[in-house]
Amino acid sequence: MMTKDNHTNTYWKTNLRYLATLLTVWFIVSYGCGILFVEELNRIRIGGFYLGFWFAQQGAIYVFVVLIFVYVQLMKGLDKAHGLDEQEKRGDSSL
Amino acid sequence: MSVQSWTYIMVGLSFALYIGIAIWARASSRADFYVAGKGIPPLLNGMATAADWMSAASFISMAGLISFMGRDGSVYLMGWTGGYVLLALLLAPYLRKFGKFTVPDFVGDRYYSQTARFVAIICAIFISFTYVAGQMRGVGIVFSRFLNVDITLGVLIGMGIVFFYAVLGGMKGITYTQIAQYCVLIFAYLVPAIFISLLMTGHIIPQIGFGGTMADGSGIYLLDRLNGLSQELGFNTYTDGSKSTIDMFFITAALMVGTAGLPHVIVRFYTVKKVAAARSSAGWALLFIALLYTTAPALAAFARTNLLTTISNIEYSAAPEWFKNWEKTGLIKFEDLNGDGQIQYRGPKSEIKNELTIDRDIMVLANPEIAKLPNWVVGLVAAGGLAAALSTAAGLLLVISTSIAHDLLKKELMPDIGAKQELMAARIAAGGAVLIAGYFGLHPPGFVAQVVAFAFGLAAASFFPAIVMGIFSTRMNRQGAISGMVVGIVFTAAYIIYFKFIHPELNSAEHWWFGISPEGIGALGMLLNFAIANAVSRVTPPPPDEIRALVERIRVPLEN
Repeated sequence: MMTKDNHTNTYWKTNLRYLATLLTVWFIVSYGCGILFVEELNRIRIGGFYLGFWFAQQGAIYVFVVLIFVYVQLMKGLDKAHGLDEQEKRGDSSL
Repeated sequence: MSVQSWTYIMVGLSFALYIGIAIWARASSRADFYVAGKGIPPLLNGMATAADWMSAASFISMAGLISFMGRDGSVYLMGWTGGYVLLALLLAPYLRKFGKFTVPDFVGDRYYSQTARFVAIICAIFISFTYVAGQMRGVGIVFSRFLNVDITLGVLIGMGIVFFYAVLGGMKGITYTQIAQYCVLIFAYLVPAIFISLLMTGHIIPQIGFGGTMADGSGIYLLDRLNGLSQELGFNTYTDGSKSTIDMFFITAALMVGTAGLPHVIVRFYTVKKVAAARSSAGWALLFIALLYTTAPALAAFARTNLLTTISNIEYSAAPEWFKNWEKTGLIKFEDLNGDGQIQYRGPKSEIKNELTIDRDIMVLANPEIAKLPNWVVGLVAAGGLAAALSTAAGLLLVISTSIAHDLLKKELMPDIGAKQELMAARIAAGGAVLIAGYFGLHPPGFVAQVVAFAFGLAAASFFPAIVMGIFSTRMNRQGAISGMVVGIVFTAAYIIYFKFIHPELNSAEHWWFGISPEGIGALGMLLNFAIANAVSRVTPPPPDEIRALVERIRVPLEN
């Protein structure tokens, strides 16, 4: 039983590490670039966009989408590494 | 063909489609009715979630809102999309693993408490009713503006349609109709946006045209032109904000966390097959939402530039036709204050008096006419607005009916009723909820706009912390969670009620706590909830072993 507990433990710890990393990015692009440092970033221009304004109205949203799909992929790998992927199991275990 | 006939065709076709789907996807069991038999593929669930989420307000009002707010409008864009990251990472997979049907199910079981379940039920019902009244009103407005049908009749038709597929099909019927509704609404949103982008900047993709140069050969960037026009006429510079940084911060946070805590959004993730599918369907949902949410600010800038160039300082008698059309509906009001026969549209910083009031909904509703797009596009926009309103209304009605039949009746009041009777009760509750929602649609309480802040604030200050702590802390117990929720709700509600209802005249930055407006106070309520819950749980007994086991179990995708 000890080994299984350790297994679940590493699984959960790795999951938490992924969450911390991804949520840091999530915070930086929205609250950082779009709100706290918007004035500073607005001095930089890309095409017609002011960079801070672009983050607040476009960029943050693109990054959000990417973040979720990155998480999906990371967890797919993690589930597999711990034998927790639901692919080949018969039926739906939780129903 | 005239605008009117096109509108009838588009709306008629889309309604026929929804009814057809409802008949095909009837619910036969409780699991079908509550969570669509847990068999929806992630991509399709993503689409349904997107339709569920994007309401009449997103479709009709958001671009206009941003148009008038400029950079300050970013709070809605980031707030209503960033919540999905929280959902996908912190809530959806674990709630799916938990199984069951509803949010109160989780709160009640995790905190081994009927009181906690009851608090959750009340919040779920309150939040959903707040929301659904606005949707029914939206249906009525689209009908009356595009089809010249009386608002009452419009609301009744909308009620009939929703009644039909929500009561018959439950979550299963709703999900498949929402998929169709997403396709209708996104098409209806993108077509005019692409046309206008081409017209104004020559770019086919609005998100790129937004940062492009004007197509008039001047070589000036659209945003620079818009900033210039805004300053000239005494408005705030479009790309600068007028809200304080702390207020922007808290409003964005309240909307994000509120989004992640809304029961009708959360419940969608119970409908997929697997935990991994819950994660990816949140990704698809946000992708589909982002399609509209990144188009909206571009549309807002185009529409604003167009508006400022076409109607400022022109002779009233020479005003374009759409101006006169929409004046009749009362959405545009012109008062010639200085009697010079010209339209002076001015901002608060101008020395000249403003003579024009424009309803923000115009920006989407009249856009096709302003940009002189073909008649079928106008009909399409009507069908899109209806799709947005109906899909959201249906999702909310389902939450209300499940809360009543499953959470309240089965879990609290009459635990002995069988699955068949529970399903019947759910259908009756859905029917009853349609009637109440319709009533609010016909007789909208004056406070609908104000209570939307309520819905998000309460979701942020109650559900979100309770669920997150329920998953991420094995130590969190009943006492902590309940006191956290109660403090969060009471604090948030008191602040909003004080500034919105009791002393609306004090509702300005100098009276707010730390400069946080009532719209953003839910984020502070959430922090309070976390703090109180943690403090209380430290001095009260830890949860029983089986609850710790439950938490361990929902953290991994498979039973092991």
